[in-house]
Amino acid sequence: MNLEELRKLKEKAQADLKVRAESAKIKIIVGMGTCGIAAGARPVMQAFLEEVERRNLKDVLITQSGCKGICAMEPVVDVEIEGEKSITYGYMTPEKAKKVIAEHIVNGTPVSEYIVSTQG
Amino acid sequence: MEELSLHILDIAENSIKANASFVTIEIIEDIDTDKMEIEITDNGFGMSDKMIEKALSPFFSTRTTRKIGLGLPLFKDTVEACEGSIKLTSEINRGTKVYASLRHSHIDRPPLGEIADTILMLVISYPDRDFLYRHKKGNREFTFDTREIKEILGTEVSINHPEVRSWLLETLKSGEKELN
Repeated sequence: MNLEELRKLKEKAQADLKVRAESAKIKIIVGMGTCGIAAGARPVMQAFLEEVERRNLKDVLITQSGCKGICAMEPVVDVEIEGEKSITYGYMTPEKAKKVIAEHIVNGTPVSEYIVSTQG
Repeated sequence: MEELSLHILDIAENSIKANASFVTIEIIEDIDTDKMEIEITDNGFGMSDKMIEKALSPFFSTRTTRKIGLGLPLFKDTVEACEGSIKLTSEINRGTKVYASLRHSHIDRPPLGEIADTILMLVISYPDRDFLYRHKKGNREFTFDTREIKEILGTEVSINHPEVRSWLLETLKSGEKELN
């Protein structure tokens, strides 16, 4: 491990510390139960991470949850935006993840054809 | 599961659900003895002997806590298909160890796959837990320890900060590459 590089990164990261974690207004939660993992949740989460990074989106937290019982629709992803209804996407793929970022997260329009349920 | 690294991700999720604060993932590949060993150890709340017995059965799950579902039985299936065996040891309030040994050259052995992604997902999804990952291949070895990383980052910068995340992935990928 190149720890020297990590030290430099830390200084850089400290500069824009206002972001993330508790302050995140948008949460993307990828189902990582056995069902989710088997259906391809890991590359879906990877795609979300890459896309958020590429677009340098602040205030987006990507995390994971266990199986929520709709295994047949895995990979399942929940998008929670402060003050809005939580939306569940099903049958996700890395390509669909990119579209969700572009249309839902950036432009504010949920991708209706991927939605399997809406709560709240 | 198409990759062993996906099984590893799944088993490590069990450790998280068992409230482990420290998870060790170790892979040893020895071409000379044609053996591949995978060991996942945690300091979670552990299982009773009775539960260990049941844990490998697909008809058992601790539904209320969801500690175990199909994950272990699926892993057992894969391992046994490769002339291997799986061993579960656990102690209540001390932790659990899942050890698997399989034939490296077996035609049914899934590839290890994107293990760097598996480790990254765990590390950034559970920034409050620690992970030690060690991969030995012949006489080469790669070790990745989040405790070491967090010591440098301190309390100010989280391990899942985007700047750090790229470094983590790069470190994991290049560490793996150097084993070959």
